[in-house]
Amino acid sequence: MNSILIFLLGLAGFMVIVAGIGIFWAIRSGQFEDMEGPAQRILMDDDDPRIPRRTLRENEK
Amino acid sequence: MCCRGCQAVAQAIAENGLQEYYRHRTAMPSSGHELIPAELSRLALYDHPEIQKSFVIESDQHIKQASLILEGITCAACVWLNERHLQQLPGVKAVQVNYANHRARISWDEREIQLSRILKEIQLLGYNAHPYNALQQEELRRKGRSRDIRRIAVTGLSAAQVMMLAVALYAGAALGMETGTAQLLRYVSLVLTLPVFLYTAVPFYVSAWRAMKSRRLNMDFPVSLAIITAFVGSVWVTLRGEGVVYYDAITMFTLFLLSTRFLERNAREKSVEATENLLKLVPAMSLRLRDGRQEAVAVLDLAVGDIILVKPGEAVAADGEVAAGISSVDEALLTGESRAVPKEIGDAVIAGSINLEGPLEVRVTGTGENTVLAGIVRLLDRAVAEKPRLAQLADQVAGRFTYVLLALTLVVALAWWWHDPDKVLEIALAVLVVTCPCALSIAAPAAFAASGSHLLRQGILLTRGHALETLAKVTHVVFDKTGTLTYGKPKLHQVLPFGGMDTHACMCVAASLEQASEHPLAQSFLERIGKNELHLVTEAQNFPGKGVTGVIDGRRYTLGNRMLSPLTRAQAESAMEVAGGATVVWLCDESRVLAAFELSDELRPDAVALIQELKAQGMGVSILSGDSDAAVRHFAARLGITDYRGAQHPEDKLAALKALQAGGAVVAMVGDGVNDAPVLAGADVSLAMGGGTQVARASSDIVLLSEKLPDIWRALQAGRAAMTVMQQNFAWAAGYNFLALPFAALGYIPPWLAALGMSVSSLVVVLNALRLRQV
Repeated sequence: MNSILIFLLGLAGFMVIVAGIGIFWAIRSGQFEDMEGPAQRILMDDDDPRIPRRTLRENEK
Repeated sequence: MCCRGCQAVAQAIAENGLQEYYRHRTAMPSSGHELIPAELSRLALYDHPEIQKSFVIESDQHIKQASLILEGITCAACVWLNERHLQQLPGVKAVQVNYANHRARISWDEREIQLSRILKEIQLLGYNAHPYNALQQEELRRKGRSRDIRRIAVTGLSAAQVMMLAVALYAGAALGMETGTAQLLRYVSLVLTLPVFLYTAVPFYVSAWRAMKSRRLNMDFPVSLAIITAFVGSVWVTLRGEGVVYYDAITMFTLFLLSTRFLERNAREKSVEATENLLKLVPAMSLRLRDGRQEAVAVLDLAVGDIILVKPGEAVAADGEVAAGISSVDEALLTGESRAVPKEIGDAVIAGSINLEGPLEVRVTGTGENTVLAGIVRLLDRAVAEKPRLAQLADQVAGRFTYVLLALTLVVALAWWWHDPDKVLEIALAVLVVTCPCALSIAAPAAFAASGSHLLRQGILLTRGHALETLAKVTHVVFDKTGTLTYGKPKLHQVLPFGGMDTHACMCVAASLEQASEHPLAQSFLERIGKNELHLVTEAQNFPGKGVTGVIDGRRYTLGNRMLSPLTRAQAESAMEVAGGATVVWLCDESRVLAAFELSDELRPDAVALIQELKAQGMGVSILSGDSDAAVRHFAARLGITDYRGAQHPEDKLAALKALQAGGAVVAMVGDGVNDAPVLAGADVSLAMGGGTQVARASSDIVLLSEKLPDIWRALQAGRAAMTVMQQNFAWAAGYNFLALPFAALGYIPPWLAALGMSVSSLVVVLNALRLRQV
């Protein structure tokens, strides 16, 4: 009984550490810096093939 | 360092990770300059006049003033501590710490005290001060935010696991569980709680410790006490192998508190950011003309008397007067009105305004802190600094509540120590948890949040916590005119043809001529005429500030306001009734006047209804506008408002507002421009139009994204409803706390029931608040 429990607790601990590392990575790479921007960006249809390609210069802005 | 060479060597050593050199070297260099500790010599740099130039202003002969960022401000008590300590230093004239943006404005007498000494004193208090610099501030904010998110993430992960184990432990206690299994679960919970105890809850300890050092108690003290006691107690239980552990309570408690603080901090920072963005309107570089050559220089290095070149489309870098060139500039940042203001030689231009038409050479008369723009920002800063009186009051009350709470816990613990020492920890925790002012502390935020989200769905955005509270008490509403009661964009109002051509033909000619112009008025012509009706214009020419001219079908037409002889103008004006505040533009061909166009700002259609509604409720209504007196009178008459003032500068507006407040009125200000920003910040509660300038939105408490005036009325009603619910919540939370306290003290409530009771009490408060969504 206890051995399976220890295994499961160990597994949970491992997953917590993986999740923790994932979140720390996300914070470090700046994914939490702008919470509203990405939510709006998904509404912008800039991947529509009918929209003429923007020039490189504009993309850099 | 003795010279730049040594500095470079030292830098090279540090950059290559060779700092060990300093630890291992056996003798000091012979120069002996190292007598000043490194930190102090760094601070001493700030006394250097060249370095002070960028952030210090001289307000009097020997009196200097600077803005400093304070790191480590967590509550109103920190503000109090810093202000009091610095004020008692000899030579410090005034200290004002802004809780919202953690900025301190300090003025001192340089004969008596040096800036480095002030900075050092702040460090001794346990805070860190740097001279204010927008970039640095942004970096600090970004770091603080990342740190907060990391803490919440760790706490959340840990809380989820610990709660899961806690369910098993509670079930085990009820249904029977092997001692070995229970012990295993306890130890795992202990390990999972460690990061919360040692890392994420640290800000509470630090804040409580700081307050204690200044012999005060803040809300973080009982929080820290509860966390530490519960943890130590639980570890003891774990080691002993029997009893109840409270790891779940610790993690949940910490998660809850960290999240609310994070949200509060976010909301506050947003309001500050835009103020800083206003300062960024001024470009960092400008083109200086010297000996006929252009050179790019930093705006900081511009001196009074320099000539700078401002190209069309660029922002003016400094205050000054036009030395050469003719153009028009958009001074929307000051007036709130996007209108091309003509500028000729000798006219004054202000930093941050945008040059629209031709290149201008400007002789600098003021830079940096001496510009009109910086003045407005200072005004805004001060108004914001004066604001959080409510926050301080809440903190005071909470502080007193904390004393009572701790005293009660102590009395109960002592009583039980005497009666039954075994149960002391259990009872003391139960009392601490039951009296935990959680429900009390979310009573107001929950009501605000529910009401806020309800309002947001209707396009009304609350940006400050106290907005609803104050809305409920409002007795007087002050409006800005342009952009608020009116659209802020001139519209073609009336066309008066003077024979020759009919109205439509005149419109077509005018619109065709205006095609070439960037002038805001041009838009109102083009809007009225379809694209295919436009004529082909040749030899089009633009006279900034005067009008446009061009040839259509061989005839030369001019459209503008200054190209008429005074006589013709007087004649024509008598022929038409010109409404107050309207702009008149004339269309002429080579020989005569063809038509006059009257352009004026248009009243928002729902303004009249709103004013009537407000008046019916017995509220005072006034207009304070930067526009001309005549224009304001015209609109005030149409709205039936008797109290109005035109031609008001930001300072005048603020003074008028203060006068109203001194008369006992609780004032709501509605505005949209940068010129309204100080007044918006100074009003008891302020509403900004969503289409207004960023700064106005930032310094207001409420933003009307919908731009519908009746929403002001809706917001007022929502404020009253929120206040009612909040009072109910307070009554419930306080009632629950006082009712539960004796039972907990007498030992009838075990900690888990106390925790449950606390949660249920909080839930009731939240559910009650949710009713606000249906208002």
